[in-house]
Parts: sequence; C-alpha cells; structure tokens
Amino acid sequence: MIEIKNLKKSFGDKVVINGVSALMEAGKANLIIGASGSGKTVLMKCLVGLFEPDSGEILYSGHNFTEMEDEERKELRQQIGMLFQGSALFDSQTVQQNVMFPLDMFTTLTFSEKLKKVNEVLERVNLKDANKKFPAEISGGMKKRVGIARAIVLNPKYLFCDEPNSGLDPQTSLVIDKLIYEVTREFNMTTVINTHDMNSVMEIGDHIIYMHQGEKEWEGSNKQIIYSKSKKLNDFIFASEFLQDVKEMRMLEAEGKVNNGKKE
Amino acid sequence: MNFFNHFGRYILMIKGMLTKPENWRMYWKELMHQCSDIGIGSLGIVMIVALFIGAVSTLQTAYQLVSNLIPKSTIAQIVRDTVILEFAPTISCIVLAGVVGSKIASELGNMRVSEQIDALEIMGINTKAYLIMPKILASFIMIPLLVIIAGVLGIWGGRLAGTWAGILSPEEFDGGLLSGFLPFNVSFALYKAYTFAFIISSIPAYFGYYVQGGALEIGKASTTAVVTSCIMILFADYVLAALLL
Repeated sequence: MIEIKNLKKSFGDKVVINGVSALMEAGKANLIIGASGSGKTVLMKCLVGLFEPDSGEILYSGHNFTEMEDEERKELRQQIGMLFQGSALFDSQTVQQNVMFPLDMFTTLTFSEKLKKVNEVLERVNLKDANKKFPAEISGGMKKRVGIARAIVLNPKYLFCDEPNSGLDPQTSLVIDKLIYEVTREFNMTTVINTHDMNSVMEIGDHIIYMHQGEKEWEGSNKQIIYSKSKKLNDFIFASEFLQDVKEMRMLEAEGKVNNGKKE
Repeated sequence: MNFFNHFGRYILMIKGMLTKPENWRMYWKELMHQCSDIGIGSLGIVMIVALFIGAVSTLQTAYQLVSNLIPKSTIAQIVRDTVILEFAPTISCIVLAGVVGSKIASELGNMRVSEQIDALEIMGINTKAYLIMPKILASFIMIPLLVIIAGVLGIWGGRLAGTWAGILSPEEFDGGLLSGFLPFNVSFALYKAYTFAFIISSIPAYFGYYVQGGALEIGKASTTAVVTSCIMILFADYVLAALLL
C-alpha cells in the first residue's frame, strides 16, 4: 500500500504537483491519468524517488519514504520494480542478462538458480525463447515484456509502469495491460500505472486518479468513471465521438439495457 | 550554467561515487569490462600515432641539426626525451580524449536519455559509483600502460625511420638512447599519464551523466567533453611541467 499525503513539487516558480493526496492499495491497478503537462510523470518520479518533493509525505506500507536515509531507501528500492516508457533495457546485454541483472546485483544465488528464476519470469511474460537476443533485435511489445520480467524478478511489493502502452499497437497494448493486471493480482503488488491509454483505463482501472494542472481532479474506479459529473474528466476521457458512444454503451450495459452491445 | 555550477556539480559527482559497492563482484566485472574497452579498444590508434610521431621526430630533428660538430647520436637523445616527456603522455592522451572521452560521454548520455540510469537508480544502485567509478579506475590502470607502450613504440619508430632514411645507424641511435638518460623523465611521464587519465575519464563522464534531451544533446555533450578534456590536458601539462621540471 502506498499513501500520498499533501504532496507538493515545484520547478522554479512553476507548481507541478499541488497538494495531491491518494491511497494506492495492494493487489490493485492504480492508474494515474491526465493530459500532457498535468503532473502525472512528476508525481510518479516523486513516488519512486527520482525527484524530491518540496513537501508532503509518501508512505510505503506506513514507512515515510521522504524521510528515509539513503541506506533505508536502497533497501526499499529493492522492493520496487519499474517498467519505463522506453523499456530502459541495457543495450549491451541480452534479454537473459537484462532480467538476471537485479538477481546478480542483489542476491547470492548460484548461476543455475538465477537462470531458473529468469526462465520462470520470462515464461510468465510469454518470452521463453528470447533469452539470447539483444534489445535491438526484439519488437517494442517484447521489450515491454522484458521490462516487466526485469521489474518482477525480485518479487517486488510495488510495481510502477510509466506509459506501458506508448508506441504499441492496440492488440499488443491489451496483452501488456492484461499481463500487468495479472502479475499485480498474482503477486499482490501495489501497481501504479501512468497512462494516456483510455482502453487501459476502462479495462484494468481498479483505482483511477485524474490529474489536472498539478491537482487531483477526480478519483474512483473504471466502473464509476462513466458516471462522473466532472466536466474536465469527461472532456479528457471521452474526447472523441467514438469514446462518447463507448461511454453511452457502457452506461446502458450497466443499467442492463444491452448485453455485449446487443439490445435486450 | 556558469563555470562554478559545473565545477560544483562535478565535485559532487566525484564525491557521490565514493560509496561502498552494492555488490563487489558486479563492480569488478564492470571494471574488467571497462579495462578491456578503454585499454584494448584504444591500443591500435595509440600504437599508430606513437610510431609515426617517433618517426617524424627523428626526421625533423635530423633536418634541424645541420652542424657537423654535433654527433648524430644526439638525434636519438632528443627523440628519446621528447617522446618520453611530451609526445607519449600528452599526444597519446589527447588522442585518447577523443577516442575514450567521446565513448564515455555518449555511452552515459545514451543511458541517461533512454532512462537506463533511472532504471538502475530505482533498483537501489548508486549509478555514480557503478557507472563512473569503474571507468575512472580502468583509466588509471590502462592509460599509463598505453603511455608506456606509446613511449616504447615512439622511440622504436624513431629508430626505424632514422635507419631507413640513412640518417644514423642503429648502433648510433642505441648509443644516443642510453647516454644521459634520466629515470625521472619516465616518472614524470607517468605522473602526467595518471593526471590525464583522471581528466579523460571524469570530465566526459560528467558531461554524459548529466545530459538532458535527446540524440542531439548527446552529440553536443560528447563534443563538449572532448574539447574540455583536451583543454584541461594541455593546462595540466603546463602546470605539471612548471611544478616538476
């Protein structure tokens, strides 16, 4: 569980995060959504410690991350996995070496034990035949899956995903969403996903935080989002006619008037 | 950003890498990898430069020594001292600033831009220690070795060129090589090599590590790193000569 209390962050005179509070529960996909420049990436970077917030608290299972000493932070970070927008795989290492890297650095396992663990997680992300390939030799979707495998190889308690669907086709996006959702449930992780993808919002959004100009504008689940009265949120989420149709369809479904797009 | 901001951040970077490694074995592996990259990777160009510089030194020294009163073995003495004191450490290190410096800056810059450094930070790894320290240590190990190789090859190149051009016989060259030899000159060359090794590795590491932007900025950082390293090498060369000779 991650609790954010009144978090603030500015760059010079520009306030980027303005008093955001939220509770992100374990075993759920917690999505941070918002337009470009709304502060969601900065919020995520504050959560993982890449930026220092100006004020406020970030509590990881009750432990205040903002007040931790370097050594405490290092220990906590071994419980954090992160999937980056560009996957951030090490170019000079093979898929196997990339996934094995956290095990090499932080465990005393033998090579065969590490290899077994690597093969397990690669199989979990449906990539068991790519061990010897380099990042440059695999597709964007495969890179994301390797990124997920590397993020979960140490069985972290917290998983952060920054724009996991960016640059992927809709079908691959669904696969990645499904995979993140499954590992979140399977390992009971607190997963925080920063996304623009409305499909992800509707499919896996157990808990959604909508950011607008550095502030939390709305909070709820994917079930609640279609009934939201927030104009800013509706303008953002249901920006196109197609998405408005989807919203209406979902509302009718929820009211039992249609079933899978067919009138009752 | 002004000079003092850069300098302050550079000092903080150096201070930041002085921590206990998370895993000694992984740091050792990285050190060996860097030794191979910096040492073996630059050996070819250093050998070529050293051979030709030694050869040209012999030919140009002979060209300027027109008096018959000066023995020909003096050419070997001059070539020996200029190669050991200046050409092997300084010219080799300026070449290495281009080869190694641009590689370090672009490698770290690419890692920064593609979020690989962030990925390591989030894992709980001190990236300054893991990425920069092995590069500096590897430079301390390999660059003095390259300078020694450059010195030997420079003198050998001079001997070959002198013999082939009919300027002096190998015996005359060897005689000059051994007369009036000061062992301190070799120590001085090594002092220079260690100083330049630190400049060649740490300055490009600074520019690469703190790069912001994309591919264009990586290129700019790489160029700035090489130019700054070359200027600092020449400045340090002067300071060391003024202090120690």
